[in-house]
Amino acid sequence: MGLIFDGIREAFRLILTADSEVLGITWLSLQISGTATLLSLILGMPLGIGVALGRFPGRNFIVSLINTGMGLPPVVVGLFVTIFLWRSGPLGFLELLYTPAAMIIAQIVIALPIVAGLTMAAFQTLNPNLSLQLLGIGASRLQLLWLLCREAKLPLLAAVMAGFGGVISEVGASMMVGGNIRGQTRVLTTATVLETGKGNFEIAIALGSILLLITFAVNLILTHIQQREQLRWPKPS
Amino acid sequence: MAEALLNLQDIRVRYGDLTALQFSSLAVHGGEILAIIGPNGAGKSTMLRLMGLLQQPSEGKVFFRGNLVAHGEGLSIRRRMASVFQEPLLLNASVYENAALGLKLRGLDRRSVDQRIRPWLERLRIAHLADRRARSLSGGEAQRTSLARAMALDPELLLLDEPFSSLDPPAREDLLVDLETILRKSTVTTVFVTHDRDEAFMLADRVAVLIDGRILQLGAAAEVFARPINEEVARFVGVDTKIPGVVEKVRVGLTEVTFNGGNAAVVGDLRPGERVILCLRPEDITLSIPGREDLKSSVRNRLAGKVVKIIPWGSHYRVALECGGTRLIAFILRPSLLESGIQEGGDVVASFKATAVHVIRRN
Repeated sequence: MGLIFDGIREAFRLILTADSEVLGITWLSLQISGTATLLSLILGMPLGIGVALGRFPGRNFIVSLINTGMGLPPVVVGLFVTIFLWRSGPLGFLELLYTPAAMIIAQIVIALPIVAGLTMAAFQTLNPNLSLQLLGIGASRLQLLWLLCREAKLPLLAAVMAGFGGVISEVGASMMVGGNIRGQTRVLTTATVLETGKGNFEIAIALGSILLLITFAVNLILTHIQQREQLRWPKPS
Repeated sequence: MAEALLNLQDIRVRYGDLTALQFSSLAVHGGEILAIIGPNGAGKSTMLRLMGLLQQPSEGKVFFRGNLVAHGEGLSIRRRMASVFQEPLLLNASVYENAALGLKLRGLDRRSVDQRIRPWLERLRIAHLADRRARSLSGGEAQRTSLARAMALDPELLLLDEPFSSLDPPAREDLLVDLETILRKSTVTTVFVTHDRDEAFMLADRVAVLIDGRILQLGAAAEVFARPINEEVARFVGVDTKIPGVVEKVRVGLTEVTFNGGNAAVVGDLRPGERVILCLRPEDITLSIPGREDLKSSVRNRLAGKVVKIIPWGSHYRVALECGGTRLIAFILRPSLLESGIQEGGDVVASFKATAVHVIRRN
């Protein structure tokens, strides 16, 4: 038990004294996973909406692909991204392996199907006649999309949370494509693995606690937005 | 006739191999209320979606105020119309915000929106619900909100797709009465789809009967209900008694038709030997006990038979009779039933005028 309490005490000390290495690792984690989540949203939401609302040949195949992708093991993603970015691999000329960019790519591969799959599910919960009714009172295609997103915002925010949660906490892919290089590609998860392996449990617990705190804080903010149901059209008095 | 507001020409809508809708022309005239009636699956909702430019026909052209609506340029014209559907789907917001939605989509400022919404909330008797969440409304209140949302747009064409059918009877009747008042006052051109003959008869100027994707009859409401052109339309518009027969004799002004178990005098331009169907509306048949019928009246047709069944039918009774192998349906008021002594299994005489019989030629 002493080990755990020591670890927690050390964690508080590192956080309160703003340890530069821990801060650096935390900031890099947020940057990489934040960027990956953002890009996954930009790519995954239109994909999910398109598949949910569209009717085209091969749609079921794409749905199956997305659903399979939602459960992709990060280690497998790490393996394939590594092969692609390897010096002699198809994208080796980009020289991205062991850089934060490689980690962002791997995390996008992990988060994209999650975001697309949950977006698809969110839009499929909407009544299919809602689009018709909104068009029937004069909505343009763009306005229709905006209104549907707003109606589906609760499950859509769940997609954001799941996407971010999936990448901030994964370790396999980041380790493989990032290499856990100190000051360059070391993030909270890879650092925790390293410190645990070295027996530095205090630091490992500190890093783990910070990870938990970030995940909790991000979800708290998103939940707050999710649960705030009022529309932003104040009524004239 | 007023200018055609909307004109559909040479329309065909296919879903795979199935032709859902096919007709050569249908015009909606400015200021009229046109009802499209037909059984479920007849293509009524598809028709309304075509009119609302919410669906492209597989073939054919749509003209709005004489101008061909080209593919892809629907929005500006769609914004001159408003649709209300069977199931009012409202956004997760207040009644006010839902009613204001169409105006917001058109970019009106708050003050103008408010000025246009308030009167409609009043007229549809939902002003007191303005701040309520739309999801907490009853079916009738939700449909009123959906109507306010449409009417506030001041549309040139209002499209109503079975707006009452998801409501319980009291809510339906209340809304029907309110809507009739609103439509008569506003003079907005309206097309509404229904499978309910009474709604069509109450609201419509003209009625189009749509069965299996085809317009079988189009005309003034009274004309369609009184003189259906064929058996299918007759069945749908509520002609309960349809007697197959053959024209026996043709005299000046009067024709005699024989049928299973009797004959009847009818009016019509017919030839001897022609196969026909005699249509009789239940309210045109008078019932009496044998020996007590009014023989001095001008009624030409009297058929003796037996009462098979008497069923309460709203404010009156629906009486099924068997007259020598031919089945007739008649209405009788409750006091008349009690006074006349007509009962199930009893003998009865059914009387009807020659002019009350609508004759349809059989193929």
